[in-house]
Amino acid sequence: MTRLQKLILSRLALGVVTLFAVSALMFVGIELLPGDLAQQILGQSATAETLAAFRAELGLDQPPHLRYLDWLSGVVQGDFGQSLASRRDVAELLSTRLANTMFLAAYAAVIAVPIAVVLGLLAALWRNTLFDRSANIGALSAISMPEFFVAYLLILVFSIKLGWFPTLARIDSVDTLGGALHATFLPALTLILVVIAHMMRMTRAAIINVLAAPYIEMARLKGVPRWRVVLRHALPNALAPIINVIALNLAYLIVGVVVVEVVFSYPGLGQLLVDAVASRDFPVVQAVGLFFAGTYILLNVAADILSILSNPRLRHGR
Amino acid sequence: MTLLRTAPPTAIFGLLVLAATLLIGLFAPLVAPYGETEIVGAEYLPWSAEHPLGTDNLGRDMLSRMIFGARNTVGLALLTTGIAFSVGAALGMFAALKGGWVDQLMSRAVDVLMAVPPLILALMLLAIIGPSIPNMVGVIAVIYLAPVFRLSRAAAMNVVALDFIGAARLRGEGTVWLLRREILPNISSTLVAEAGLRFCFVFLFIAALSFLGIGIQPPTADWGSMVKENATLITFGDVTPLIPAGAIALLTVSINFIVDWMLHRASGLKS
Amino acid sequence: MTQFTSFAAPSRRGFLAGSAAAGLALGMGLTPARAAEPQKGGTLRVGFTQGSTSDSLDPATYSNDFMFATSYAVFSTLVEIAPDGSAKPDLAESYEATPDAATWTFRLRDDATFSDGKTVAAKDVVASIRHHMGEQSKSGVKPLLEQIADIKADGDNVVVFTLKSGNADFPFIFNDYHLTIRQDRGDGTIDPDSRIGTGGYVIEAFEPGVRIELVRRDDYWKQGAAHFDKVVILKVGDAAARMNALMTGEVDLIDRPDLKTIHMLERNPNVRIHTQDGTLHYTMPMHVNTAPFDDVNVRMALKHAIDREAIVQKVLKGYGTVGNDHPIASSMPFYNADLEQHAYDPEKARHYLGKAGLDSLDVTLHTADAALNGAVDASVLFSEAAKAAGINVGVSREPDDGYWSNVWLQKPFCTSYWGGRPTPDLMFSAGYAAGADWNDTNWQNERFNELLVAARAELDQGRRAEMYGEMQKLCQTDGGALIPAFGQYVSAMNQKVQTPEKVSEMWDLDSQRFIERWWLA
Repeated sequence: MTRLQKLILSRLALGVVTLFAVSALMFVGIELLPGDLAQQILGQSATAETLAAFRAELGLDQPPHLRYLDWLSGVVQGDFGQSLASRRDVAELLSTRLANTMFLAAYAAVIAVPIAVVLGLLAALWRNTLFDRSANIGALSAISMPEFFVAYLLILVFSIKLGWFPTLARIDSVDTLGGALHATFLPALTLILVVIAHMMRMTRAAIINVLAAPYIEMARLKGVPRWRVVLRHALPNALAPIINVIALNLAYLIVGVVVVEVVFSYPGLGQLLVDAVASRDFPVVQAVGLFFAGTYILLNVAADILSILSNPRLRHGR
Repeated sequence: MTLLRTAPPTAIFGLLVLAATLLIGLFAPLVAPYGETEIVGAEYLPWSAEHPLGTDNLGRDMLSRMIFGARNTVGLALLTTGIAFSVGAALGMFAALKGGWVDQLMSRAVDVLMAVPPLILALMLLAIIGPSIPNMVGVIAVIYLAPVFRLSRAAAMNVVALDFIGAARLRGEGTVWLLRREILPNISSTLVAEAGLRFCFVFLFIAALSFLGIGIQPPTADWGSMVKENATLITFGDVTPLIPAGAIALLTVSINFIVDWMLHRASGLKS
Repeated sequence: MTQFTSFAAPSRRGFLAGSAAAGLALGMGLTPARAAEPQKGGTLRVGFTQGSTSDSLDPATYSNDFMFATSYAVFSTLVEIAPDGSAKPDLAESYEATPDAATWTFRLRDDATFSDGKTVAAKDVVASIRHHMGEQSKSGVKPLLEQIADIKADGDNVVVFTLKSGNADFPFIFNDYHLTIRQDRGDGTIDPDSRIGTGGYVIEAFEPGVRIELVRRDDYWKQGAAHFDKVVILKVGDAAARMNALMTGEVDLIDRPDLKTIHMLERNPNVRIHTQDGTLHYTMPMHVNTAPFDDVNVRMALKHAIDREAIVQKVLKGYGTVGNDHPIASSMPFYNADLEQHAYDPEKARHYLGKAGLDSLDVTLHTADAALNGAVDASVLFSEAAKAAGINVGVSREPDDGYWSNVWLQKPFCTSYWGGRPTPDLMFSAGYAAGADWNDTNWQNERFNELLVAARAELDQGRRAEMYGEMQKLCQTDGGALIPAFGQYVSAMNQKVQTPEKVSEMWDLDSQRFIERWWLA
């Protein structure tokens, strides 16, 4: 196992390097965007004089590399600075948003992942049956509509017609877990519908792919029942791509849900990031961007390690 | 043709829909009753003989826009997925085969790319370079390249660990040969399954971009943006946005029927 | 103070009431009558389109409706625009000018208090206004305050403004949402982030870009105002989400419903649509010092090649009126109703093109929906209509981000809009005067600029009406701004929400003072 530990350590170290690269990339991106914070906030009312005064106050008149290094030295000491626009501490700004984002992601994942994997397994087991086809068509139809449109349809049915769930996911107005689950049910359901198809189809494809291997044929000739073949022989060997696609979708649930946040007015990190990019609020963009990047990296390291553990050949090397 | 005869009805249905879409898209100016941007009457006219699907918010013929939309939407999606898959899969397999620092370098570069949320990355890149159609194809292709790379690398790693690759290496086969002859066939089903979905995600990605304010430039018609333009109607039970959304769904399901059939053939199962 | 009383200047209040009575086409008061007696109590929940995480309480940086409404609820201004369009003293008790309108004296109310109990003093006013002046200031209202030569506190209750030149409309400036009064920190400056205000509400919770919760102040000094016990403003950026939330009763009031589907929203028996004529107008400024727009005939050709009716019908869905290439709304004082209306006339456009010595014309119109929602559609319609006049208007869509910095004022022909200005002087000074920061057409008409200065200091209302009338004509026939339409402000609300019979129409929602003026049945 020391080999694995070394691997984990080296991957985490690499993750830190990746984070640096991401932060530099985001910084360059914001610098390249047309307009700066002063222009974005003053908008139509800007004049050359007020822009200059605003920039001086924010320190935007400093050369870019100095601003970046200044920010970086703060971060290394654990200080993410203040939002340029609202002068609030970035850490404070992020904390509630972060909790909201993680809550919604967990809500959707806890439901979506098991359903997707089980459906995928069943579809592979009962290949080309009515079940396989209808699961397939249902899942495909769900993902072939834009997220906001799925959300609108769910709102039409569950809020306007039936009146069961609210259209605004106002998590700030509830104080019990049950209340929170109720308030955020529609955004969670939207996300579940969006991610399920991808994971289900990949599970099915990976299993079917393995079913063609000679050792499966062997097992089957030995008279092992079909479900046992799928579960004991095919699944372990198909785990790597399944784990990867789950990791991708988990990452998506955390970092990619800005459209759902907008439709349900849910105060998550995605909207914060879009707002911060729109106003060129660099410390906020960096902090959210780094969190997203960190999440993504950790999920991937986890996925890679699990893939290795699931494949004896990779586990022991050669 | 013998191939087609063995195809299941679902695949034939898929092929028919795909062929029809491609033909309509290809000959859009001949098929469409009106021009793509031509204003032909009052806004939101009901369905009639003259305007089979009515008119849109500016009084343009809905059917004509759907037809031109087919051309733009499918063309864009084909181009984007084509670029993303040819480049992404090649790089992914290469990284898996080479391993070591080549793999590390490429994987880390892709990690950086993927670690930025795709919509944000697209918004930023398009705001920097301008939201023209070629730019959009380029940006979405770059964004999709990363997951394709990861997937093909992961799938290829499993293959690389198998003995026949070692055997081929010992035989002294070249990298390109290994990639094309040994690895690609063994991961193609995974890739094809992914491609079927990714292809359709392009429309959705464009729709999401127009939702956030940067999409295909008007007055160009494309299905994703047409869903967005008319989306608010659905909350009042008006079916207009279901037309482009339905077109996207139909094409998605059709393409994946074809994909499933190819997957089935590739797996060599005769169940 | 005594030195001014001897001048016996007319009170600005009486003076504007007079102009309204003189029938200067004040197109107000079309709102249907509602329950006459405001009731206290209840919680108003509002869904707003705008609002951003970058919002702060610093009055220099307000840039969206969310903060405008918040600002008026939590803080107050010296002067407010009353429903009849006059500048009514608010924190000020009265104001008066010297006869040359160059020195203005504001007397403050002595019962007005901050939410921490302190009385509002003259030094607070001075510090608050100074926050928007001087080299260090980044305030959006800075250019308007450049006319001020000096501000002085005269005792605890009087503030004296000395202007560089006379301005009969000076008090109107103080309705501006930037110019809310804060507490002097003791050193002549204000704490821009402080929540201590003089308004009817205090902030209970504020999460920028998400929501704000306001609670009524028990000790509010103003009578007959601030009826809701509690107000919650939520940012709901998506139009469909706003309308859904209104229909399901999760909010009571929304701004900017989607005009495409508003006829369906209207069918809901619990929902009422509220419109205000307002002063919002859409413009397509042409740089008059850049070819081909330097030829007035080209400008006139373009002004006749646009189908204004089509834009009002298709882009504004009927919620607007056609514009006549000058920025004065029919609801504003001194509106010139006698001008001939410019209309879509391809023949006339060709005629002007001929006078410019051209058979055809190629121009590029730069646009983005940042300029106004529907600007791109309006541009496409313009392009289609202009073809009949042999004019090819190429539509170039620009990114929303940075539009105001990179396109507006920079490109020779683009789309833009102007929000409300209460008086012709403020409107013309901001966007049409020679040397104005936002003169987006680079128009420099000598006669116009003479009239502008003369009218500003003129106290005779008949003379002023004549002067502003001529200026509107000059704009229309010579100016570089193509103004196709004035838009109505449209909002939608639950039937429980009550509005006064007359609301101020300058900006949306009773000029964003609805929190203080409206109530629940």
